[in-house]
Amino acid sequence: MLFIDRHMVHEVTSPVAFLGLKNRKLPVLHPERTFATADHNTPTINQHLPVADPLSRNQLKALEENAKTHGISYWGLGHKKNGIVHVVGPEYGITQPGATIVCGDSHTSTHGAFGAIAFGIGTSEVEMVLATQCIMQPKPKKMRITIDGKLNHGVTPKDVALFIISKLTTSGATGYFVEYAGEVFRDLSMEGRMTVCNLSIEMGARGGMIAPDEKTFDYIKGREYTPQGVYWDKAMGYWETLYTDEGAYFDKELSFHGSEIDPMITFGTNPGMGMSITKAIPKAEEVEGGAATYAKSLAYMGYEEGESMIGKPIDYVFIGSCTNGRIEDFRAFAEIVKNKKRAENVTAWLVPGSHKVLNAIKDEGLFEIFEKAGFQLREPGCSACLAMNDDKIPAGKYAVSTSNRNFEGRQGPGARTLLASPLVAAAAAITGKITDPRTLI
Amino acid sequence: MAYDSFHILKSTAVPLPIENVDTDQIIPARFLKATERKGFGDNLFRDWRYNQDDAPKTDFVLNNPIYRGKILVGGHNFGSGSSREHAAWAVYDYGFRCVVSSFFADIFKNNCLNIGVLPVQVSPEFLNTIFETITSTPETELIVDLPQQNIQINSTGASQNFEINSYKKENMLNGYDDIDYLNNIKSEIQVFTENTPL
Repeated sequence: MLFIDRHMVHEVTSPVAFLGLKNRKLPVLHPERTFATADHNTPTINQHLPVADPLSRNQLKALEENAKTHGISYWGLGHKKNGIVHVVGPEYGITQPGATIVCGDSHTSTHGAFGAIAFGIGTSEVEMVLATQCIMQPKPKKMRITIDGKLNHGVTPKDVALFIISKLTTSGATGYFVEYAGEVFRDLSMEGRMTVCNLSIEMGARGGMIAPDEKTFDYIKGREYTPQGVYWDKAMGYWETLYTDEGAYFDKELSFHGSEIDPMITFGTNPGMGMSITKAIPKAEEVEGGAATYAKSLAYMGYEEGESMIGKPIDYVFIGSCTNGRIEDFRAFAEIVKNKKRAENVTAWLVPGSHKVLNAIKDEGLFEIFEKAGFQLREPGCSACLAMNDDKIPAGKYAVSTSNRNFEGRQGPGARTLLASPLVAAAAAITGKITDPRTLI
Repeated sequence: MAYDSFHILKSTAVPLPIENVDTDQIIPARFLKATERKGFGDNLFRDWRYNQDDAPKTDFVLNNPIYRGKILVGGHNFGSGSSREHAAWAVYDYGFRCVVSSFFADIFKNNCLNIGVLPVQVSPEFLNTIFETITSTPETELIVDLPQQNIQINSTGASQNFEINSYKKENMLNGYDDIDYLNNIKSEIQVFTENTPL
């Protein structure tokens, strides 16, 4: 049984939990440890207008009312702190080392970047945490993935994660919590670490974590919910102890070298079906699992075994999501599109993870770079990552997406998703086809 | 939300021999907009079950009247992806009380256990035997015995034991959920909270 320090709530997985509380006549035990934001269902244009879709509007209203009834802070649509739950949590210092953090969303693993124990839960569990601030969980096994060395030019945290998932498959870490260790992760920025931990669930792990260090403490210092003064010193005394002891036991250990990793792209219908952007789509006999499932996946994508990905035409580019919707991701995108033009065949959706990210894009002059290159910026939200709002990729179209899942229909019924880094997405947006970003940097 | 208790289930089964069935297939995100737990079964496997014009896809197993029953048998790594409990609700609401696979994704498995769908993990070999038997003889019944933690193919007697956490087993047998338990120990939670700074 775990006591939960921070519970984050959004509109999609919470209404039935609040209804459960109502039916049981229970209050929210710790509203001050509960934080609500609207993100999954929100439009990314004209957020100042009423939400057009009645079902979405109803769900957003339900969260607003539930938050009000129970005295929970609510950062709804139009609120200056609004954004994707896993982007705003760290931005405002809600996410802290050593904290137990849950949310009814599988990408809660993101917060593990700060050395927090963070994992996604179902709606029944959301109700449990609202009612009792506790949750019962089987104890996970421990895995450590160590990557030493340096990353090659043009290789981003997203590529590191897609590389690991391609090695482990989507079920390779099921039942585990993963610690990421080694020089590569130590060298990553906090935002890069968030991208890596975010994708832990895509190899089946409930959580992923990185030991907090000076970078972590520098990031959180002075944020709104970060402890101040003597409380800071006290917290630091604890946080500085949160590293793995020498000789600690892990149920499974894996290690790779940073130089093995290229810019990555997925070619199939789960995040484990990724490869170096320069390689050819593997043959059925080279991959784990059944040939029928593999054939179904490639047929959905409209690809054949043995084909090269470079040069394949694409239709859409999406940059955003809790995986790659932070300011560093937009800086990376800008690095490639600066002084170039968007390819005419490409529709691009640039969706910041939060208002804070949106403001930084404007403050840093990235907005002008995007406009000049023919890109428009949208308002924050989960957007085309799961296509609950109107941001849906049409059936049969190819989207290079910086999000986290390439499942069938994830970005809209019939949509074909290619997961990649912001650099690969930018290269595709400029050339209109799959392009190795290293040729453009 | 408490649910019906689960003891022994004897039923025909529906085979879905596809691996890595993710929760976006079980219930696509666009059907997650409800504020009540109602009607999710209608959209179970929506995009595999229906064409975009809502016409049923005749080659999908749920549209094949030969296969029916309260047990769904799926390929390796069933339920991967999103934490949406709506996926488990859809499975339950459609009429399944048990899902059999050789491997389950973590959150989906937990969600099932929390709402009264029993996830039964069997060996890959036994899963293949089940697939072969029910595909060739759709009227074959499976017997899922929770007290004995055993699953049996009725016609052949072939069987295998399965694991389940003893606490969750007790809950399933009685239709309890964790909130019932946690509520009973609220005073202990209170004491812990007082010693845990925000």
